[in-house]
Amino acid sequence: MNMTWTEQSETARMGAGQSETARAGGGRPGEGADRPALPVLQLVGVSKRFDDFTAVDDISLDIREGEFLTIVGPSGSGKTTLLRMLAGLEQPSEGNITLRGTLINDLPARRRPTCLVFQSLALFPHMTVGRNIEFPLKAKGVSAAERKARALELLRMVRLPEAYYGKNVMTCSGGERQRVALARAFAYDPDVLFFDEPLSALDYKLKKLLEKELKDLHKETGKTFVYITHSLEEAMVMSDRIGVMRAGKLVQVGSPDAIYGQPQNRFVAEFVGEVNVIGVTLSNGAWLSQETAEPVRLVLPQTMAGAERAAVVIRPEYMKFLAAPGDADNVVSGRVYNEYSLGSRIQYQVRAGERVFLIEMSRSQIRPGTGDGEVLIGWNAEDAIVVEA
Amino acid sequence: MSDATLGTSSTVREKQGKERQGRSALRHLSLPAGARCASPILLFMALGFLAPLLTVIGFAFAEPRSFAVFESFTLRNFAEIFNPADTVWMSFAWSLALALLTVAALLLICYPIAYGLVRVFGRWSSLVSIAFVFPLFISENVRLYGWTLFFINHGVLDGLLAGIGLSGPNVLFTPEITLFGMIYTYLPFMLFPMTLGLSMVPGDLIEAARDFGAGRLMIWREIELPLAMPGILIGALLTFVLAAGAVAEAKILGGQSVIMISHDIENAFTYSQNWPRGAALAVLLMIVIGGLSMAVMARLDLDRILGRR
Repeated sequence: MNMTWTEQSETARMGAGQSETARAGGGRPGEGADRPALPVLQLVGVSKRFDDFTAVDDISLDIREGEFLTIVGPSGSGKTTLLRMLAGLEQPSEGNITLRGTLINDLPARRRPTCLVFQSLALFPHMTVGRNIEFPLKAKGVSAAERKARALELLRMVRLPEAYYGKNVMTCSGGERQRVALARAFAYDPDVLFFDEPLSALDYKLKKLLEKELKDLHKETGKTFVYITHSLEEAMVMSDRIGVMRAGKLVQVGSPDAIYGQPQNRFVAEFVGEVNVIGVTLSNGAWLSQETAEPVRLVLPQTMAGAERAAVVIRPEYMKFLAAPGDADNVVSGRVYNEYSLGSRIQYQVRAGERVFLIEMSRSQIRPGTGDGEVLIGWNAEDAIVVEA
Repeated sequence: MSDATLGTSSTVREKQGKERQGRSALRHLSLPAGARCASPILLFMALGFLAPLLTVIGFAFAEPRSFAVFESFTLRNFAEIFNPADTVWMSFAWSLALALLTVAALLLICYPIAYGLVRVFGRWSSLVSIAFVFPLFISENVRLYGWTLFFINHGVLDGLLAGIGLSGPNVLFTPEITLFGMIYTYLPFMLFPMTLGLSMVPGDLIEAARDFGAGRLMIWREIELPLAMPGILIGALLTFVLAAGAVAEAKILGGQSVIMISHDIENAFTYSQNWPRGAALAVLLMIVIGGLSMAVMARLDLDRILGRR
């Protein structure tokens, strides 16, 4: 699935008549056609320290040609610093960054075939939309007539009317500014585009629209996109691959499905969304939950060899209310504390001692009362995921 | 009887009507909150700024050597000033020329310092700023006499150089040292607006420009300078207006080798007791400085530069 898409984008790249030589040089002959070429950007053991603070800690990552890679992480996880090193605005303290096999650690931003769309967008407030878009072309020494023709073409590409060419950029709305910033980045014609949460200041509806447009643009241009955000939801919509960062480290890299379906640890599982995570410990050959009112013996889908502690992740949609204790592998009793409407679905908060469980079900299902009575909830072993504690 | 009653009732009604009118007129008179709040400063400006200004203008058109303001109207003061035999135009020329040179020199001197304060000195920049502000705590005249002691024969510089068998430069009491004094005195007035202007240039715009492949010169010309321009122009305007009215530098350091226009105005009001001539010179100076300032302000469209429009 992923591969099919990559091939498509590759054809798009070729069709656009862009640097074929660079790619031909990168591809290794003799290896199968399904083998991806050299990564466009490669990080090996990259760290960045500011005084005694380590913002980025020993990250190794291959960024593939033409992919849409999103780095997600909470604020302060070092994702912006990582992006700034890739763009050439910071130098790594340790490790190597290579661009198609060439070491670029000390190559300044202006000499890199990459371009960063800032969180603030960094539009030039004293220039018109047209002059903003033309700026990278002017820096390259493109003639005025050619610049204008290209700027108008780019305006069409980002779905802005040509009349905006002469408009003062500060009179544009938030969404229009996003488009101008995009057009300006494309004017530079970079091989890789970096995005530093450019959509974070927009309202929900506009954000959703622009996310999809960005993904369309990625497909149309076939360029490599590296996007950072703190919103996994945003990452899920757009990305081919997602990297999750925590405290300067890359904790998991994978397809959206893999991140969602097979989180490697508790942090990723909890970051992905509202899930039930229960810490368990091994005691006399049985896994006991320590977080419920009294220890409950749990059946796990698989166990980790040698581990004494683990965490069990159960998505709210896999939890269910039970009619009888034998209806599921694992059973916990509790009281329904509250219910929340999520639109098409309903979420229940069930308390078992201090522990809170979330259960989600569709509206059509039979719903329990929210009275004071004791309810039984549970899940089957195969619906849970075991991750590192 | 009925007529009389009618009459009274009509007068009563009239009275009531008048009262009502009066009250509504009062309501019309009562000012909106903004104007009421502004009235103390308006009153102060009227008495402290507008009245003296009008008096000076009045004196400018009074009989020469008289003290009878607003009693006569004559252009004889201006006729005297514009008479080619009168050399007061030289004072105008010196004042404006030195003011322009001061502004030009300060633009060149202050830009690197302001740039350093905003982008290079980091946590030292507040200390550097204080170093530039500190001299302002001491009277200008005292500082200028200090420079005189520094440059004078057998003074600080000459004395130190004599120690190694050299003699100090003979720079005191020249137009050049007057210019030096003006540059020295007005430096903070250029530096701080300029620093403010440069600090208004967002760092990410410069990073973005660099990322788009722009060189230093292009970034300076296309991003930094236009965005810092409001501060730079305000600094230039401020120093020009102050320098055009300067007098102490020419008197103390320049030893009156150059007569500034403010010196002539002061003389007219004091020694020669010719208030109308002094007032006429002051009015002319105001017109020249005001005209030049207006010309700059017209080009300085703050809203446009800041991108609000």
